[in-house]
Order: sequence, then structure tokens, then C-alpha cells
Amino acid sequence: MTVDFPALTLILVFPALGVLFNLFVGYRAGRGAVSFVGPGVMFAAFAVASVAFYQILVMAPGGALTYTIWGWIEAGKFQTSIGLRVDALSAVMVMIVTGVGALIHLYSVGYMAHDEDFARYFTYLNLFALSMLILVLADNMLLMFVGWEGVGLCSYLLIAFWYTNPEFAYNGRKAFIVTRIGDAGFLLGMFTLVWALSQHGAWSLDFLTLKTHASDIAACTLLGTTAATVAGLLLFLGATGKSAQLPLYVWLPDAMVGPTPVSALIHAATMVTAGVYMIARLNFLFVLAPAALMVVATIGALTAIFAATIALVQPDIKKVLAYSTISQLGYMFLAVGSASFAAGIFHLMTHAFFKGLLFLCAGSVIHALEGEQDMNKMGALRTKLPITFWTMLVATLAISAVPPFSGYFSKDLILEAAYESGHTGLWILGVLTAGLTSFYMFRLIFMTFFGDSRVDHEKEAHLHESPPSMAIPLIALAFLATVGGWVGLPEGLAWGDAFARFLAPVVGDFKPVVVGNPAMLSLVATSLGGIGIIVAYLCYIRLPGLPVILAWRLKGAHQFLLHKWYIDELYNFFVTRPLFWFSNTILDRGIDHFAIDGAVNGAGLTVETTGEAVRRVESGNVQHYAFVYLLGVLGVVAYYIYLVVH
Amino acid sequence: MTFIPLTWLLGLSAALFAIGVAGVIVRRNILVMFMSIELMLNAVNLAFIALAHRLGSMDGQVIVFFVMTVAAAEAAVGLGIIISIFRNRETVHADDLTLLRW
Amino acid sequence: MAIWLFVFLAVISIVSALGVVIQRNPVHCLLALVLTLLALAVMFIALDATVVGFLQIIVYAGAIMVLFLFVIWLLNLQAETGPTGGLALKFFGTIATAALVAELWMFLLRPHLKIKYVGEAAGYGSLSVLAQKLFTDYLVAFEATSILLLAAIVGAVALARRPPTQRESAPGSLS
Repeated sequence: MTVDFPALTLILVFPALGVLFNLFVGYRAGRGAVSFVGPGVMFAAFAVASVAFYQILVMAPGGALTYTIWGWIEAGKFQTSIGLRVDALSAVMVMIVTGVGALIHLYSVGYMAHDEDFARYFTYLNLFALSMLILVLADNMLLMFVGWEGVGLCSYLLIAFWYTNPEFAYNGRKAFIVTRIGDAGFLLGMFTLVWALSQHGAWSLDFLTLKTHASDIAACTLLGTTAATVAGLLLFLGATGKSAQLPLYVWLPDAMVGPTPVSALIHAATMVTAGVYMIARLNFLFVLAPAALMVVATIGALTAIFAATIALVQPDIKKVLAYSTISQLGYMFLAVGSASFAAGIFHLMTHAFFKGLLFLCAGSVIHALEGEQDMNKMGALRTKLPITFWTMLVATLAISAVPPFSGYFSKDLILEAAYESGHTGLWILGVLTAGLTSFYMFRLIFMTFFGDSRVDHEKEAHLHESPPSMAIPLIALAFLATVGGWVGLPEGLAWGDAFARFLAPVVGDFKPVVVGNPAMLSLVATSLGGIGIIVAYLCYIRLPGLPVILAWRLKGAHQFLLHKWYIDELYNFFVTRPLFWFSNTILDRGIDHFAIDGAVNGAGLTVETTGEAVRRVESGNVQHYAFVYLLGVLGVVAYYIYLVVH
Repeated sequence: MTFIPLTWLLGLSAALFAIGVAGVIVRRNILVMFMSIELMLNAVNLAFIALAHRLGSMDGQVIVFFVMTVAAAEAAVGLGIIISIFRNRETVHADDLTLLRW
Repeated sequence: MAIWLFVFLAVISIVSALGVVIQRNPVHCLLALVLTLLALAVMFIALDATVVGFLQIIVYAGAIMVLFLFVIWLLNLQAETGPTGGLALKFFGTIATAALVAELWMFLLRPHLKIKYVGEAAGYGSLSVLAQKLFTDYLVAFEATSILLLAAIVGAVALARRPPTQRESAPGSLS
């Protein structure tokens, strides 16, 4: 049952107003005004989103709120409009984006309080929120792509926020360009879908149209396989770019040079989850393309364990969290790749809570230490930063899947789905990753908050807990990270998996292929998690010298992991440098300088030389002029004679 | 009274005019060039008078009257200019007066 | 007028015109020009343009040529000595002029110039008729010409006067 709900536009209007205000009057209005407007519009959008969410809750299952703002494209038979749609799936997403987004906006007020470009920051942040909301509220793929590109742009703008540093600017460009490669895949996927649909007389990219014609698309053959598979793989390429999976993940760790709230919002809670959302949205298509799903799940699992191995040895607190994000996103793709879309979205939600919280706490620590990000220079901070410590501990317990925190329920659901869809190998990878995850996360906690203080003495004097604008979001998110998982309890317990039931009308039910024992599976995963915590405790509390000895003993492996498997260097050598060479030598020198500049300059040179030659006519001698004049007269008279003769 | 054929009169005018043109182009002394210009003007006057006589109209004579007046004014100003040039450059040779060249 | 008169005057005017162009001494050129003007004046009178003919003698030959003469004396111009350069121009100029004469004569030999003699009104070429024309039909041109003459006088005076002399500057001060 679809209800027309014009108020949906308000969810977009509020952030848009924020953008306009901060952009045009923000600088002159001053920090106070911007601090009010920036987060304020997000809270307003959250209020509207809550109303919409409530409507969906009380509606019969399968209900949706829609509103078409404007008929956008009509090219021949192809039609698209700017339309918004809130169903169970996008309701969850829009609550996450506005809710977590509003908290992070509030946190930014405190974090960026001493920054010069306060207004510009909130302009970009509001613009990001606007784009992300367009992405999740879109009712067709083209509008979703508009939001997709918009968040890419804002990611670039915010990563390179302190653009005067060339390294930061470079990382911003790297992020933009790498995700662009993925976007090319997204575009090609859209083209494939339009082509396939047009074979059956449908000319649009609305999700509803795609759903009704899904089987038709699967029946279309293209390049030796179905159009659904081709489109699925191409769209997944876009997802690997935006959601930082193999092979296009390389931009995310370098994106940590942006302000920490940006890392929290964009690179943990929302933008990077866009790929997961997109696949969940198109679930009806992917279930008809099992080969594409297999690829999704495999890459998800591989990425998860790959990123976890790198996170084991990183000294920078934000880099650990970045690789952790990549790893957790791998889990989400493992989930959707196993056709359990609800599990993927569930983990998306809990991840937004605990990873957002982790980044904000890290920001709090960095703020307290006035910019120090190396964990080797931290330690024994738990007494000095109590709120930060306790909230970060909650988040770490959540990500390590310790019951009853939220991460336990979502990660368990994923591993269960992986096993029960027959991907046993991938399940093993997932379980191993869980162990690694809890190890490196507790490593982070122990190195930062426990042990002896390795902090610089000048910084130690200035240590202070964060102001309320930063502390309140921490506490709120900690609360959510604790209870957020309780909407998706295992079957048989209390209200069971309410979350999955809520989403089922949109993303379908999960159908197990292999029957597994949920209790056994959960036990295996949790025990590995527990082992990880114990090992971390041993390494960093009990025997503090142990990590150093291990690093020295296994130097090769340690260096390999520390240098991120040398992937960046590989890409640099095989991709970046040849491209630069091509650009420089052939395009710049060859075509631009030689051909185009040559032609333009040549034209100028020709005119100049001709002028040089012709100017000698101006001899300044009046008699020369008179002579030429006489010649003219002769000509005219000859003409008159000609006229008279004939 | 016999009539001179109009053609002869106009032919004479043309010849005098051409001689004036030759004077302007060939001579280097700007005063002589100026005199050649006066010669050209007179040749044209002759043509006007001849045609006025043939057509029995006074208009030609009036035009000649005005031509003479204007020639006088032009001569006055032109000679004034020549005197100024001579004052500045001490020459009346046309080849030395090529300021407007490239 | 009689043919022989015309031929006589024509020969005089052509020869003296050539003299204007060829002579080395500017004063000789001037005298040749005066002779041409006189021949043409007689021709004007023979063609019944009495007033204009006399005006030619009085104004043109009498005033303008005298003005030329004064300028030549003022500038103390001497006869040109030696070749004056621009040989190419002289050569091609002469040829072009000859071509001009040829073309103009070709033009004039056509039958379209056979205009019938209409007959003259009474008092044709007399002073009263000329004055009448000037002050009725051509009044505007007449007035304009008088203003032109005024402008020419002012211009000639402005051009020909000496620039105001500089005062001697005291030593040591800015000049």
C-alpha cells in the first residue's frame, strides 16, 4: 500500500537550507549561528524521518510512502522522475543517516571549534547529508546515482578539507579518482539494465519497474551470460569503489587525513555503506544472478580477512579503524552475497553505531592529545579521559561481537547466513576474521588507555576530557551500540528476529541451503573472538615486551603487513605511473603542446609574418600614395569606357 | 561664329589634368607639387566652362567661381603648412618628409 | 571663337603646363603656371564666361600666384641641382599619366558627347547674371564659402606665426 507523503521533501529541504545558509552567510554569521544551523537542520531532518519511520511501522507490511517531486527526464520512451520512496529498507537507512549524522554534526561543533573554516566545514557536511539522503530516498537508479556522485564529491571535499597540505590534497584526489573507476562500473551496469529492460518494452530505471521485470532481465542473454549477472557484476564494481572492497579499497586508509568526524560519518557510518544499500535495494535482481552473488560474497570475505591482517600491526589509531571499517564492510558484502540482505543491513546499522562511536572516541583522544595519532605515544589515558574510555570500551565490545552488545547479534547473523548458504570456506574466513578483529580492537584499547603513559610531557599537561558537545554524542552512540542489536535476536528468543521480519517485504526472506545449528555456529565464532581478546591482553598488558619480540622475530611478515601488503606500491607501479606517463608525454606534450598550441601559435605567426611583409606599403611618401591612387583612377575610367563601348 | 567641337575642349582639359597629375607624382619639390595641383584645378575649370557654354547654363560658371574661391583658401592654408614644415625641417624635398611610414 | 584662336591658346597652355612640370627652378615653374592661367583666362572669355575669365586673372593669377611667389622667396628656394631620386616612380608615373590621357581621350571620342548647342540667354556670362545666380540659387553655398574663407584665414595665420618665445630661466630653478 503506497501513501503519498509530500513531507518527505522536508528531509531533503532541511539539509539543503543548511548548505545555503552556511555557504552564503555562514562566514559572516559567525560560529554561533553556524553551530546552531549545521546540526540543527540535521535534527530537523531526523524529526521528519522519525515521523516517516513511524508511519511505516504502523502500516501493513509492504507499505511505502512516496512522493514525486518533478518529472525529470523524458527522452523518447525513456522516463525518469525525481521521486522519493520510503519503505522499510529506506526508512531504516534514513533514520541511520539523519540520526547518526545529527549526532556527528553536534560532535563537530566541539571538535572543529578552533578551526578557521568552520562555516565551510558545515557547508560540506550538510551537502554530504543532502547527497546521502538523496541516495537512500531515491525511487530510481538515476536519482540514486546523483546521490552516489554527490557523496563522492563531498568525500573529496572533506578529505582534502585542509587542502593547503599537499599530501591531504593528494589523498582527496586519490579517493575521488579511485571511486570514479567504480562509478564507471555503476554507469555501465545502469546501461545494461536499460538495454535489458528495453528489450521487453519497459523504458525506465524505477526500482518498482526493475522488480516487476526482474525475471525478464535474467532471461536476457548478454556476453555469454544473463544480463542480470553482467549488470550485477558491473554494479558491484561500483560498490567496491564506494564501499572500499578489493580491489578499489586503497583510498579509504588515506582518507583518514580528513577531520575525524568526517571519518566517522562518511567513512564509517554512511557513505561507505552505500554499496551495501544498493545491492540490498536490487536484491530481486541479484538473487536471479547467483554467479554475481558468489563473487560478491567471496570478495567480501577476502576483503574482511585481508584488511584485518593489516590492522594487526598499524601504529596509527585512525588507520586501525580504517582497516577495521574495510573489514566490517567485507562482512556486510559477505552477508548480501549469501542472499541474506537483512543480515547485511542489520550489520550496517550496528556498524554505524559502534564504528561511528569508535571514530568519535578516537577523535576525542586526538583532540585531548592535540593532534597525536600514534598509539605508541599514548597510554594510561583511562583515568584522564573517563567518558571517552568507557564509551570506547562499549564500542570495542560491540565490534568484537561480545554478547549482549549489538555487534554480537549482527555478526552472528552474517556468519550463520554464510554457513547456511553453503559457503563453508567463506564462513571459515569470517570466523578467523572475527578473531583477528577482537585482537586488534583490544590491542587498540590497551595501547591507548592502559599500561604506562608514553605521552609527550607537554601534551600530558594539557590533557582534558572533551566538552559536552563532543561527550553527548559519545554517550548516545554508546547507548545505541549496546541496545541496537536487540531488534534482531536469534530465532526463538523473545520476539525473535524482528528486524528481518520488518525488512522482509522489501528484501525478501533468507532461504537456507544447508541447515546449520545456530547455537554451535555462534559458539565457534564467539570463542574465537574471546581467544582474540585474551591474546591481546597477554600481549599488551601482561607481557608488554612480547609484541616487540614477535615483530623482530617475524620481521618479514611484520613489514609485509605494516606496509599493507605493498598493494599501494603495486598500484603505483602498474597503474598510476603508466597513466601519468601517457598523460604527460602523449596527451600533454604530443597533442596539447605540439598539435593544438602549434596550430594556434602557427595561425598567429602567419598573421605576423604577413603583416611584416605587407606593412612596407606604408612608405610615408605621399607620391607613392598618389601613384597608387592614379592606378585606381585608371581602372575606374577603363570601366566606364567599357560601359560606354557596350 | 564657329564652334569649337566640345570634344576638343574636353580633350584639352584632360591633357592639362594629366600633366598636372604627372607633376604631382614626378616632382620632388613640394611647392612644385602644389602648383601642379593648381594646374589640375584649372583644367577642371575649363571643362566646366566649356560644358556651361554648350548647355547655355550659368551653373557651370557659378561652380567655377566657387572652385576658384576654394582654391584660394586651400592655397593659403597649404602654403602655411609648407612654411611650418620648412621651419621644422629645413627642407621641402618630399623624400625627407616620410613621417607616416612604418 | 575662331579655330586658330583656340589652337593657339591650346598650344600655349600645354607647353607652359609642361614647363611647370619640367623646370628646375621653382620660380620658372611659377611663371609657366601663370602663363597657363592667362591662356585659360582668355579661353574663358572667348567662351562667353566674361566675369569668370577676369576673375581668373585677378584672383588666380594675380593673388594666388603672387602668394606662391612670396612663399618661394620666403623659403629662399633655389633651383634643384642634380637628379632628385625616385627614378622608378618617375618612370612608372609618366607611363601611368600617359595611360590616363589615352583613356580619357578614348572616353571622349564617343558620340554620346555630341550635345546640341542650345543657345544662350541674354546677358550670359555677365556680372549681373552671375550675381543673381549667386544670391538666389546658390546663396547657401555662397555664405558657406565665405565662412570657409574665414576659417582659411584663421588657419593660415595660426600655422604661419612663430611659436611664442621661451623666457630665459634663472640659473638653479626648475625650467
